[in-house]
Amino acid sequence: MARVAASVYTSHVPAIGAAIDQARTDEPYWRPLFAGYEPSRAWMADHTPDAIVLVFNDHATSFSLDIIPTFAIGTAAAYAVADEGWGPRPVPPVLGHPELAAHIAHSVIQQDFDLTIVNRMDLDHGLTVPLSLLFGQPAAWPCPVIPFAVNVVHYPVPSGRRCLELGKAIRAAIDSYDEPLDVQVWGTGGMSHQLHGPRAGLINAEFDARFLDDLIARPAELAAMPHIEYIREAGAEGIELVMWLIARGAMADLDGGPPPTVRHRFYHVPASNTAVGHLVLES
Amino acid sequence: MAIDKPYLDVPGTTVFDADQSRKGYWLNQFCMSLMSADERTRFKSDERAYLDEWAMTEEQKRAVLDRDMNRMIELGGNIYFLAKIGATDGRSFQQMAGSMTGMSEEEYRQMMVGGGRSPDGNRFRHEWSDRADR
Repeated sequence: MARVAASVYTSHVPAIGAAIDQARTDEPYWRPLFAGYEPSRAWMADHTPDAIVLVFNDHATSFSLDIIPTFAIGTAAAYAVADEGWGPRPVPPVLGHPELAAHIAHSVIQQDFDLTIVNRMDLDHGLTVPLSLLFGQPAAWPCPVIPFAVNVVHYPVPSGRRCLELGKAIRAAIDSYDEPLDVQVWGTGGMSHQLHGPRAGLINAEFDARFLDDLIARPAELAAMPHIEYIREAGAEGIELVMWLIARGAMADLDGGPPPTVRHRFYHVPASNTAVGHLVLES
Repeated sequence: MAIDKPYLDVPGTTVFDADQSRKGYWLNQFCMSLMSADERTRFKSDERAYLDEWAMTEEQKRAVLDRDMNRMIELGGNIYFLAKIGATDGRSFQQMAGSMTGMSEEEYRQMMVGGGRSPDGNRFRHEWSDRADR
């Protein structure tokens, strides 16, 4: 049977991708950020999963205002890297895991989540920057990736509670897959940031520290936090953090098992307009 | 009964909700068209003519021509869509975000390097009562 071996959490700021692609990671501005991911990359080298369910959001790339799915799972064999306005990032194409993805779609819909099934979707920085941060610049990504897109652009976005419950459903789906795969669930986006309006540039390090503490130790309580608190405290675009609760919901302790082990925790300000947070939790 | 929108009380912030999205549909779809290199070239060669191909309001077109980001947001634009205009102009996300704050590019960059804008004094509209852009 497949199992959720770990969950990984990280911001997905586009400027981080640009710094990697343009070989600027050694610049004083960027060095502390990339140093903060080195322990995770070392850990990942010994714990490369057989597949990743990567929770992210599309930033007006594959989903315009024509169709706005709240939850969308990619069931394709392969995905192109998107041109976001300055050409596609020079990273490998993302290979999917159609069998596992179809299984998760089937199981999760039967657990009362109305997933949109997507077979064609160009992937933007929301998905590729986390892969670059954890795997560097390989010729091919080391494992298949199932893109799981969440609407956090068009308000209202799904509640924290619903995201946590969805994570539990994804865990149940993975648990019921017959092949013995080690699967990781990643939650991306955040942390505090606001990209628009006169309040742009908001960063709330206290909120972010508390969010990380609660995500580790009190996820069910954290999931009850209303949207307005994310917007007011973490910036309007900080609401992306609800996606971290999907990955957290997939961990064993929310299914009667033992609490996860914290393998790495990191926080850094700024990357462009954004506070960067990162966490690795192992089952 | 009206929908409760507690976020209207957050200063300097426009949450892109269903009402904003309804107002901004064509403005945002115009922005999506700029993801094609050919369309970017056509837009840059005659912005006014290109905008006239879209069912946008005159106010929305004016805001695009003026590159008035706050006005575009007010008229239903969403930052991730408007970013396509910035990319077309060769501006970074930080330059775009900073341009909405009334700060210079260097002031904004320094604020971010210094840890960003504190939430203190920036949570409620009444805290911005002396600001015109609240």
